[in-house]
Amino acid sequence: MTIVFEKRLTRSRWAMFLVPVLSFVLALIFGAIILLTFGVNPLEAYRVMVEGSLGSGYALSETLVKAIPLMLTGLGVAIAFRMLFWNIGAEGQLAMGGIAAAYIALFWADRLPGPLVLPMMFVAGVLAGAIWGLIPAFLRAVLGVNEILTTLMMNYIAILLVEYLYLGPWRDPQGYGFPGTAQFPQVAWLPRFTGRVHLGLVFAIVAAVLMWFVLNRTRWGYEIRVIGENPRAARYSGINIGFNVLLVMLLSGGLSGLAGMAEVSGISRRLYQGLTVGYGYTAIIVAWLANLNPWGILFVAFLMGALLVGGDQLQVAMGLPAAVALVLQGAILFFVLGGSIFVNYRIRIVKGRRRPEEA
Amino acid sequence: MEDLITSILTITIRAGTSLLYATLGEIYTERSGILNLGVEGTMMVGAATAFAVAYHSGNIWLGLGAAVLVGGLMALIHAFLTVSLRADQVVSGLAVTLFGTGLASFMGQRLGPGGTTMVGLQGPSFQRIPLPVLSDLPIVGPSIFTQDVLTYFLYLLVPFLWFYLYKTRSGLHLRAVGENPQAADVMGINVAATRYAYTIFGGVLMGLAGAHLSLGYLKGWADNITGGRGWIAIALVIFAMWDPIRAVIGAVLFGGINALQFRMQAAGTTIPASFLNMTPYFFTILVLVMITWWEAVRKRVGAPAALGIPYVREEKR
Repeated sequence: MTIVFEKRLTRSRWAMFLVPVLSFVLALIFGAIILLTFGVNPLEAYRVMVEGSLGSGYALSETLVKAIPLMLTGLGVAIAFRMLFWNIGAEGQLAMGGIAAAYIALFWADRLPGPLVLPMMFVAGVLAGAIWGLIPAFLRAVLGVNEILTTLMMNYIAILLVEYLYLGPWRDPQGYGFPGTAQFPQVAWLPRFTGRVHLGLVFAIVAAVLMWFVLNRTRWGYEIRVIGENPRAARYSGINIGFNVLLVMLLSGGLSGLAGMAEVSGISRRLYQGLTVGYGYTAIIVAWLANLNPWGILFVAFLMGALLVGGDQLQVAMGLPAAVALVLQGAILFFVLGGSIFVNYRIRIVKGRRRPEEA
Repeated sequence: MEDLITSILTITIRAGTSLLYATLGEIYTERSGILNLGVEGTMMVGAATAFAVAYHSGNIWLGLGAAVLVGGLMALIHAFLTVSLRADQVVSGLAVTLFGTGLASFMGQRLGPGGTTMVGLQGPSFQRIPLPVLSDLPIVGPSIFTQDVLTYFLYLLVPFLWFYLYKTRSGLHLRAVGENPQAADVMGINVAATRYAYTIFGGVLMGLAGAHLSLGYLKGWADNITGGRGWIAIALVIFAMWDPIRAVIGAVLFGGINALQFRMQAAGTTIPASFLNMTPYFFTILVLVMITWWEAVRKRVGAPAALGIPYVREEKR
């Protein structure tokens, strides 16, 4: 008896829906095993996580708070992945966006007309993220330098730059040694709807709509998809891949930069260590789980936000490390990856020995 | 002056050890055609496991063995996903790193005495042992020949891995699978088994790389202990052009950057620590740019031709 994989002609719709759902369930089981080996009752842990992230209005609002940066960075990462440009640098691009927005808020807020402060922060955040994303794009397009490594290295550099600023020149002189900048003036605060849910949510939804439109309704979006699905065909049909890499990374970095701006302006209202907590890496999981689809990203970002809030609750209520959430995220991605073979292949069990021509 | 050179050389080698283990592991993995971006996560879990086991058992060798085991297991996940289930190698490797980072962080917060944190604990560690006779030499004696067991093992491992890769039949098979799996298959080499074997072997070396951090170089557990070393190792593979001997140059270079950073901080430089800490990452980008440019000029690329491409017998690529 042998197991044979047959390539499907079209991707299985059923599998495309079932694989993520089953992956989630399997990851929970896998996570339960890990929790058990560490002497924790998994059912109790999961109950705390669900209740803490979805069980009340406040819990839901906190989940949305974490979902906003995941949506923006997830969209940013996804558009680069669409053309097989592996931008692992969302974390650094987010950090740069945060720095630029903080710069405006700290040094220009009193010199600019009030209503202009937030738009300026928006522009600065987007630009800073875009430029940070453009550097690896340029190195890749012109010299062919591996973008996975450059985007990643630039994360470490950006995070250290944030650290330098809030510990050094931008440190709050009245902060009693608190490692961070002074709080931004009120004109630099992003309006909030309820709880800590801020205008960034609207940015994210608008960005998703725009991304869907660009990818599905414009010639440029078509080119991006061709490059991602068949680079050789793209080259033969005269699509300028290098130029597209630059454009896409402007957009991708800009979205992550916006996430950073929204974080400092909507949540922390200052620049401090808590800006770079790994949203840019979780974004990779969000994008992949959502199959790089903009609507899917909004939904998956919400789920991952719930997972992160749940992890925090686990720490508060049961004294367990919040890193459980990261373990679960990783596990979900494993199962989705493994399961994607069912999307592209049909599995048949053949009885008896294989005939030579099948081998 | 002699003291200064000795001290810089010593730190260079100590910092370079884990980098070299990781780089060698990735070289062997990539030689089989599998790109494993899980180095960082594998090292992290290796470091956490090694320290936890060594701390609780009091036996450093058990810690080392545990790191070998989890290193191999992490790589096995990657091999299973990419070889058997034909998953995208880039994303699978990233998944290993994300999972490993989370798991190691979880372990770090949980595996101290009575379910507390491991940060700041003092456990057993590998001591530096002067080699008889050789350690009496000036400069190289107290540096190159006064190191811990894991570093000495590298002195043997590097020439062995080079010899195995280029001068043995098995090494030829390994290279064939990475360069041209179709031809290797026709020659009767089991492509899938080869890829599994060397990916797992690579993971074992990455586990050792992590163990050297928590049991040798840094002597303890800290959050984010690897600090990007796994990624630098992947860059070093490109720098080394997939050659174990050339990997030594890369590891010494980056170990040297670490040593200089260390010396400058000790000498009380006015450069802020954040900027000093950026140097390895900045240099990684610089080295990548230079090596890519140089390869383009010389019109040669050292990467195994089938790197990153799943091999399915009945499918044309």
